[in-house]
Amino acid sequence: MALFRAIKKRFVETGWLKQRNGVIAIPYLWLLLFFLVPFAIVLKISFAETEIAIPPYTDLATFEDGHLMIDLNLGNYAYLFSDDLYLTAYLSSIRIALVSTLLCLLIGYPMALAISRAPASTRNVLLLLVILPSWTSFLIRIYAWIGILKPNGYINNLLLSMGLIDEPIIMLHTDFAVYVGIVYAYLPFMILPLYANMMKLDHSLVEASSDLGASPVTTLFRIIVPLTKAGIIAGCMLVFIPAVGEFVIPELLGGPETLMIGKVLWEEFFNNRDWPVASAVAIIMLALLIIPIMWFDRIQNKQMEQA
Amino acid sequence: MTLKHLSQGPSPVLLELKNLSKSFDGHQAVRSVNLQFYEGEIFALLGGSGCGKSTLLRMLSGFETLTEGKILLNGEDIAAIPPYRRPFNMMFQSYALFPHMTVEQNIAYGLKQDKLKKEDIAKRVDDMLKLVHMESFRLRKPSQLSGGQRQRVALARSLAKKPKLLLLDEPMGALDKKLRGEMQLELVDIIKQVGVTCVMVTHDQEEAMTMADRIAVMHAGEILQIGSPHDIYEYPNCRYVADFIGEVNLFGGHIAEEEPSYVVINVPNLVAPIYIDHGISGPGGERPVSVAVRPEKVRLSDQQPDEQYNWGKGIIDDLAYLGQHSIYHILLPDGQFIQVTQTNDKRRERPFELEQEIFVSWSPDSCVVLEE
Amino acid sequence: MRFSFSKMMLWLGLAFLYAPMLILIIYSFNESRLVTVWAGFSTKWYGELMRNDKLLDAVGNSLKIAFLAATASVVLGTLAAFVLARFKRFKGSTLLRGMITAPLVMPEVITGLSLLLLFVAMAQLVGWPASRGMTTIWIAHTTFCTAYVAVVVGSRLTEMDMSVEEAAQDLGATPVKVFFNITLPIITPALVSGWLLAFTLSLDDLVIASFVSGPGSTTLPMVVFSSVRLGVSPEINALATIIITLVTLLVFASWYYARRVEKSRIRDQLAAKES
Repeated sequence: MALFRAIKKRFVETGWLKQRNGVIAIPYLWLLLFFLVPFAIVLKISFAETEIAIPPYTDLATFEDGHLMIDLNLGNYAYLFSDDLYLTAYLSSIRIALVSTLLCLLIGYPMALAISRAPASTRNVLLLLVILPSWTSFLIRIYAWIGILKPNGYINNLLLSMGLIDEPIIMLHTDFAVYVGIVYAYLPFMILPLYANMMKLDHSLVEASSDLGASPVTTLFRIIVPLTKAGIIAGCMLVFIPAVGEFVIPELLGGPETLMIGKVLWEEFFNNRDWPVASAVAIIMLALLIIPIMWFDRIQNKQMEQA
Repeated sequence: MTLKHLSQGPSPVLLELKNLSKSFDGHQAVRSVNLQFYEGEIFALLGGSGCGKSTLLRMLSGFETLTEGKILLNGEDIAAIPPYRRPFNMMFQSYALFPHMTVEQNIAYGLKQDKLKKEDIAKRVDDMLKLVHMESFRLRKPSQLSGGQRQRVALARSLAKKPKLLLLDEPMGALDKKLRGEMQLELVDIIKQVGVTCVMVTHDQEEAMTMADRIAVMHAGEILQIGSPHDIYEYPNCRYVADFIGEVNLFGGHIAEEEPSYVVINVPNLVAPIYIDHGISGPGGERPVSVAVRPEKVRLSDQQPDEQYNWGKGIIDDLAYLGQHSIYHILLPDGQFIQVTQTNDKRRERPFELEQEIFVSWSPDSCVVLEE
Repeated sequence: MRFSFSKMMLWLGLAFLYAPMLILIIYSFNESRLVTVWAGFSTKWYGELMRNDKLLDAVGNSLKIAFLAATASVVLGTLAAFVLARFKRFKGSTLLRGMITAPLVMPEVITGLSLLLLFVAMAQLVGWPASRGMTTIWIAHTTFCTAYVAVVVGSRLTEMDMSVEEAAQDLGATPVKVFFNITLPIITPALVSGWLLAFTLSLDDLVIASFVSGPGSTTLPMVVFSSVRLGVSPEINALATIIITLVTLLVFASWYYARRVEKSRIRDQLAAKES
């Protein structure tokens, strides 16, 4: 009897373990196959050569005389470093993303602070108002700025009719328009983690600072900002990383001299049909972003564990 | 009335609250409170949750605006001064230690706001660390401290600026029971050593009695009674105070005789009427009153007392032996229970038993009349 | 001082967020084809929109993909979040965590390119997918939406009082039963908001879909993109107005519903306290 019970217990336990592993396996395998494996393939193809064929690249591994030959072609990377275009595109992507992130932070921080300070009843409405735009079409929100910024757009029409300017200011198809677009599109992603962090902040710390004689400005910079550091980093990463690889915004609002790496990749792929070079562009972009991505990962997981 | 500070000669008034009121969306949290705090005393605002004590404290610290009234510091109204300019410092219930700063930086924070010289700040921080015996923890972060240590740091931080008034918000609220007793005495020692005037808020009557020189009992935004711990315990002025401070047995009755030196009250529950050896104030004449008797003032006996007054008869309904003392629940004939505590100072040959008939009695000076 | 400054920034920021959308809406009723010059009220562009078959087809495709991708990603994302929140550390949990958070920030061009190359490689190796189209877009969208759902559901799971689950187990419910009888009902609101988020993300995606789509699987953003590349058009304004209105109505309806639920919960609590 006792033996039977032990066997049954054993069976139930292993059954549970199997269930458990099954449950883990489903999302795990999906993400492995459709998120991680693709990067390996990108890496592989970045070492291939372009070929006029379907698909338009050579195989790395071939069988010749019964031997497996692996042909690693570094030509794509050499090409990227030999042509100034790519280096400039990487640098200007990072510059544009950095400046936009900073602008988002400068605008988003006081906004998040004001929302977190609002009475509980209006807080949710304000938060909703901030999120709402990001639920409508991204493309259409960027499109809206074409009409606003173009030479015969709303701003120029207004300024011209008021007599403030004599000829239209060129704003569309400039870096300025790209900044506006990125800040506009990504501002909610900056505000959300900041707000979440500020709500977690124990308000008695702010009161304690005030009680000890610190002015509101001192309290902001000595207490609130340091204690919302995790939110600041998370918000900045949420803006910076996607902004580096942004394609739609420089395509629609940027000009010919706006070089961003996302656009370069798109053109290599769709216009030049050079998949290996596009892959090499992606791999280097990933290499540049891997540290910020891991940073974001760590912050995100830390917060998940803390909660 | 024996106020401690009066016995040492009167101290000057430091802070005076005049007609202080606060309402939130039509709800009156504090109703025209008048209070005086004397220099050097520890004053406790005692009451249940929602009685307005915390709101009152937050008005003192400046975190709540007043709806009405004045806060006079040495005669000057400071009601409009923001918290960061008030010469008061608060020890928060959660301590509110800045988690990103070390112990040292926490204590120095307030001093830095005053733009003191670096050496002066360092000196003052050292003094404070010594005062609370935390010298060896100066470089720790709050998360690396125990509850009692955090409280010491919080106290040091709020004392560092030599405030005119120290505010304590539920000072033991974040500590476990065992630590409370020790910290209460230590806190009082430090406060008295520094000599700062202190207003504390607590819901724990034991804490208020242990720490404070004077206590104000608050209920529904009003102050019901102000007095020394002794006065408030022995001479509560109303049912609420009697009930809130410790356990109490209440007997309803009618005044039978009222003289300046004594009162006799008929209580249907008891065999003999109650006799009180002092006169009471009140409108006079025959009227319903309550008489309060503390459980430890009641004597138990299996012999019928031969006195004329102050006794009754009942059955032991429940008893709990707690070592040092025992608690008895006595059922009176009409169904009322009274609670009695007896010190187990001698070993009784025949301990009282459940369902046993028993006589309760007390002396004329151990009960208080509470007007309805 | 700071309070008024931050408040001012809030209102300016909200104006910045909403002014462009407001302009789009107003000018969608503009008679003139010149979008930026007002020439009288008209709803004719809405009519044109309704006659645009290419666009309507794309809307159909997008809705189908969004519905299926949202549903699949809620299942996968909930499983992932549950596994991470309840099993804590297991072999490879760090990698799973990484695969959940990285898609949130991964530039779309990289995701799109990598998925396309995967599909091409798979077609070569196992002969599937033979051609790219709705299925491949669905897979791509499910993958990145899973990450968003996992984050939304995960935060709800970590907030949740775990002792409820333990109590159910203590009363004899098997882990599977606990999940379906206890955990799932409690996190349902998070599942709903996760589904809605995934749905809108899928509807909105241009870049990834452009990489992995094939003939006959043009989605709405792809049609809009090829049109706005050529400049402003009043039809797109009309489309924008419809999208903005729908989203606003949906969001406020769900907010109102959530608020009512919350209010009645508070009322119940008060009633319980008083009785």
